[in-house]
Amino acid sequence: MSEHLLEVKNLKEYFSVRNGVGKTLPLKAVDDVSFTIEKGETLGLVGESGCGKTTVGRTILRLYKPTGGQVLFKGEEVNDKNIGHMRKKMQMVFQDPYSSLDPRMTVEDIIGEPLDVHKLYANRKERRDKILELMSFVGLNAEHATRYAHEFSGGQRQRIGIARALAVNPEFIVCDEPVSALDVSIQAQVINMFEELQEKLGVAYLFIAHDLLVVHHISKRIAVMYLGKIVEIADADELNEQPIHPYTQSLLSAVPIPDPDVTRSRKRIVLEGDVPSPLNMPSGCPFRTRCRYATEQCAKEMPTLTDRGNGHQVACWNK
Amino acid sequence: MEKNTNQLPKKSILSAQIDLSKFSPATEDEKKQQDVMSESTTFFKDGMRKLFKNPLAVLSIVLLCIILLTIIVAPMVVPYGYSEMLSIEGKRDKTAKNLPPFTYSENEQEYIAQGNKRFPHIFGTDDLCRDYFIRVIYGTRISLLVGFFASIIVLIIGLLYGSISGYLGGKVDLIMMRIVDIIYSLPDMLIIILLSVVLNEALKFPTGTIFAQLGTNMISIFIVFGLLYWVSMARLIRGQILSIKENEYILAAKSIGAKPSRIIRKHIIPNCLSVIIISTALQIPSAIFTESYLSFVGLGVKVPMPSLGSLANAAREGLQSYPYKLVFPAIMICLIVLSLNLLGDGLRDAFDPKLKR
Amino acid sequence: MSEYLLSVQDLHTSFFTDSGEVQAVNGVSFNLNPGEILGIVGESGSGKSVTAYSIMQILADTGRVVSGRVLYKGQDLAQWSEKQMRGFRGKSCSIIFQDPMTSLNPVFTIGNQIGEAIRLHTDKKGPEVKARAIELLELVGINEPEKRIKQYPYELSGGMRQRVMIAMALACEPDILIADEPTTALDVTIQAQILELMQDLQHKLGMAVIMVTHDLGVIADMCDNIIVMYGGRICERGTASEIFYNPRHEYTKGLLRSIPNVNNMKKRLEPIEGTPINMLNLPKGCAFCTRCNAAMKICLTERPEEITINENHKASCWVNVRDQLMQKGGQENE
Repeated sequence: MSEHLLEVKNLKEYFSVRNGVGKTLPLKAVDDVSFTIEKGETLGLVGESGCGKTTVGRTILRLYKPTGGQVLFKGEEVNDKNIGHMRKKMQMVFQDPYSSLDPRMTVEDIIGEPLDVHKLYANRKERRDKILELMSFVGLNAEHATRYAHEFSGGQRQRIGIARALAVNPEFIVCDEPVSALDVSIQAQVINMFEELQEKLGVAYLFIAHDLLVVHHISKRIAVMYLGKIVEIADADELNEQPIHPYTQSLLSAVPIPDPDVTRSRKRIVLEGDVPSPLNMPSGCPFRTRCRYATEQCAKEMPTLTDRGNGHQVACWNK
Repeated sequence: MEKNTNQLPKKSILSAQIDLSKFSPATEDEKKQQDVMSESTTFFKDGMRKLFKNPLAVLSIVLLCIILLTIIVAPMVVPYGYSEMLSIEGKRDKTAKNLPPFTYSENEQEYIAQGNKRFPHIFGTDDLCRDYFIRVIYGTRISLLVGFFASIIVLIIGLLYGSISGYLGGKVDLIMMRIVDIIYSLPDMLIIILLSVVLNEALKFPTGTIFAQLGTNMISIFIVFGLLYWVSMARLIRGQILSIKENEYILAAKSIGAKPSRIIRKHIIPNCLSVIIISTALQIPSAIFTESYLSFVGLGVKVPMPSLGSLANAAREGLQSYPYKLVFPAIMICLIVLSLNLLGDGLRDAFDPKLKR
Repeated sequence: MSEYLLSVQDLHTSFFTDSGEVQAVNGVSFNLNPGEILGIVGESGSGKSVTAYSIMQILADTGRVVSGRVLYKGQDLAQWSEKQMRGFRGKSCSIIFQDPMTSLNPVFTIGNQIGEAIRLHTDKKGPEVKARAIELLELVGINEPEKRIKQYPYELSGGMRQRVMIAMALACEPDILIADEPTTALDVTIQAQILELMQDLQHKLGMAVIMVTHDLGVIADMCDNIIVMYGGRICERGTASEIFYNPRHEYTKGLLRSIPNVNNMKKRLEPIEGTPINMLNLPKGCAFCTRCNAAMKICLTERPEEITINENHKASCWVNVRDQLMQKGGQENE
C-alpha cells in the first residue's frame, strides 16, 4: 500500500462554549473530517468564515487537542509525545501577517526562533548563515535582518512568516489564509512564491482560503467545507467546471469575477439566508436550510462522501 | 510599440516640446532610489523620540533631575544636620527659633560681624532651631524612597501574581482573581492604622539601623503597600497577558515547538513591558501621596526623621505666623507628584502600542 | 452648464502623524452624475477611503483637507457650517462602512438606531418613525421586520447587520450613497446577496453610488465608471469595459494581470513586483514608478498629466504620452 504523506481520519474538534446562562454547549467546529495529502501536493481547503477550516489546520498541528480521530504523518500517528519532533516536519503559515510576528523581535530572531527551539545550529555564525539563506529564499534583503516586523509591508511580513516556517525544512506546511490579508498586487507575488518553493523543495501544502480563484490557482485538489464538514473534494479543475454539491455550485457562482462582461452575463445562484449557528446545527445535512434541493431525507441523516468517479467525492443525497 | 523606444524618430524631438531622452527606460538603480524605506527604529528608540517631543514630559524629567540632584548634593553642601539644633562654636543658639527664610539669628549676626562665615538658612528654621531647608531635603529623600520602594514591591508581587494567573488561566485564574477581589474590598486606611499599631508593638529594631531610623510606621507602610496595593497591578498584568496570549505570534511560537517557559520569556514579558513600566511610573506618585497623607495624620515616619507629610503636619501649629513652613513641603510634594504623573503620562503616550499613530 | 451632483476638484488630504505628513490624497478630481455608480478601486493606502471620508468631512483627528474643493450641486461644502454639514451627512449623502460588526451600537435595538437616523433628518414622530423603520427593513430584504426592530445587533449575523446599515443609510433617501468596502468583511455567498441588494436598490431609488473597494470582481460587477487609485493619485479613469479591456496605465495593467482568472490557471501569475510605496516618502514623479516595468526616466522626475485616451477613458501615464509622440513622429517621418 502506498503511504500518504498526511492522512486525516475522522478528525473531530469540539469546543465547549458557555452560553449566557452558564450552560456549556458543544461547538462542533470540525466534525468527522477525513482527507489525504500526497507528497509535494497542494490541497486547497475552502469555506466561509466559521466553517472550521482554520481549526482543521490547527488541529493537524495539534495546536488544539483533537476531540476524536487521527492524524497520520507518513503512517505515524501524531500524538502529544511525538509532536515536538513532528513540528520539524509540519509547519504553519498564519493568516494575519501583522499579529503573527512578535513586534518586539527582529526579523533575524523571528526566523531564527525555530532554529533556536530545535537547536539546529552549532554556532552563531551557522545560525546567521542559515537565516540569511532563508531570507534570500523568500526574497528578503540581508540588510532587513536587523529590522523589526512592523517596519515591513504586509507582503514582506508574510515572507518573513514563510521563512520562519521553512527554517526547520518541513515536508508539509499548513497555509492558513496566507494571502487574504494582502493587497491584490502582492497576493500574486506570494502565491508565486508558494508555487516556486513547492517546485524547489517538494513541500506539500494544505492551503486554506476563502478566495476560490486563489485556491484554484494554487491547488491540485480542492476540498469544500461547510459547518465543520467536508461536502465535496475533487480535482481543482473538475470542481470548478463541474461542481456537484449545491453549496459548491452557489459558492462558485457567487465569486465576483474581475471581468465585467462575464460577471454581468452569468447567472448567480444567490443563497437565501445565513449560515446557521454552529451551536444550533440543523439535523442531518447542515446545508439543507439553504439548499434548493433539500428533501426529508436530508433532515434525517447526514450524507457521507461518496465517490462519483475520478476521485470526485460529494456528500449529498440528491446530486 | 514599446519595443520601438530606442528607434524614436529624430524629428519628433524637435517637434515636441518635451525632451525625448527622458523617455528612455529607467534603470533598476534609478527606480530604487525613489523607493526609500523609512529609517529603521527600534521600539525603544521610537518611544524615546516621542517622549522627548512631548514638552510636558521633558519638563518633568528636567524637574525630577533637579530635585534628585538637589537631594543628593544639598546634604553635602549644607553644614547642618536634619536633627541638629543650631549652635555656634558648640554653644546652642536659642535665638535661631522660627527664623524666616534667608535670615540669621541675633547670635549668628554677631558671629558674622566678628568676621566669620555662616551658611544661610535658605528656608529659615523651625521651632526647635533646626535648619528647615535640610529638613525639607531629607523629607523629600524619604518620600521619594518610600514611593520608589513601595512601587517596586507592588511591581514584584503584582507581576508574579498577575502573570501566573494570566498564563495558566482557567480555574487557577478564577480562584486567584477572587482573592484579588477580596483584598480589593478591604478599606486600606483602616488596615494601615491597625497594622501600624500592631507592628509598633511587634517590631523592635536595633537602634542605629536604617529600620530603626525610619520607624515602625514606615515599615508598616511598606508592608501595607506590599499587601494591598499590588492588586491593581496584578489585574493589569493579567489582563495584558490575556490579550497578548490571543495574538497569533504566540500560536506561531507554539507551532514551532517552543515551550511555555520560552513563550513567557521571549514573547509575553517583552510585549507587556511597556505597560509595566508605565504603570510603575504612575504608581510612584500615588505611593508618595499615601505616605505624605499618613505622615500628615501622624502615622508616618518617626521623629526626628522628617518626611514631607510630617513636616506639613508640624507646620500646622504655627500656620498663621509661619506660613512658609507649610508652603515649602507642600510645594515639594506638588512638584514631585505632578512631574512623576506627567512623566508617566508621557511614557504612556510614547510607549503604549495601542496609542500608536 | 450641466451641473454635476458631486464634483471633487483637486482634493489634497494629509494626515499629520508623529513621523511626518502623510499625503493620503494627492490631487484627486472627479465628477459624479445623478444615478451613476462610480467605483474607486485601489490597494490599502491608495487613498480611496480617505477620499470618501474627505467628501463627508469625517476624517480622523490627525487628518485634514489641505486644499481642493468638494462641490455638491454646485455648492462648496467647505463653506458650509458644521450644522449644514450634519444636514448633508445622512440626508444628501450617506456612507456605509466596511465592518458591520462595529458600526452598529451594541446597546441599542435595530429599530432604535434606524429610528434615530429617521428622526434626525425628518420631522416624523412616534409611530411614523417605526412604520418607516419597518418599511426600510423590508426594502433591504429583512424578513419579519416587526420582530427585527426589537433585536440588538449581536442577535444578527454579519450579512443581516450590513443590511441594517444600508437601511440606515437609505433612511432619508440620499442622493449619494458612499459604500466603503461594504462586502469585504462578508463571506462570498453573503457578499453576493449584498451586491444584488445594492444593485436592486440603486435601480429602485436611483441614487448615485460611490463604491470604494479593493476587489476588482466587485467593481466589475457593479460599476458604470471606474477610478483606479495608487499612492493617493488617480491613475486611470473610464467606463468599466474601457478599464478592464483596454487598460492604459501600467498599474491597472499589472493589477489585471496579477489576479488569477480562468485563463491563467495553469500558468504562473504575473505579479507587480516590489512593495507598496512608502506614503511618508512619495516619489517625485509618478507614484507607481518604483514598481513599474515600463518606467522611464521621466517617470521618476515628473508627475504624469492626465491625458485623454478617448471620450470614455483618461489615464495618467507617461507611456501613453510617449506612444502618442511616437505616433506623431512616425507620421511626420513618412
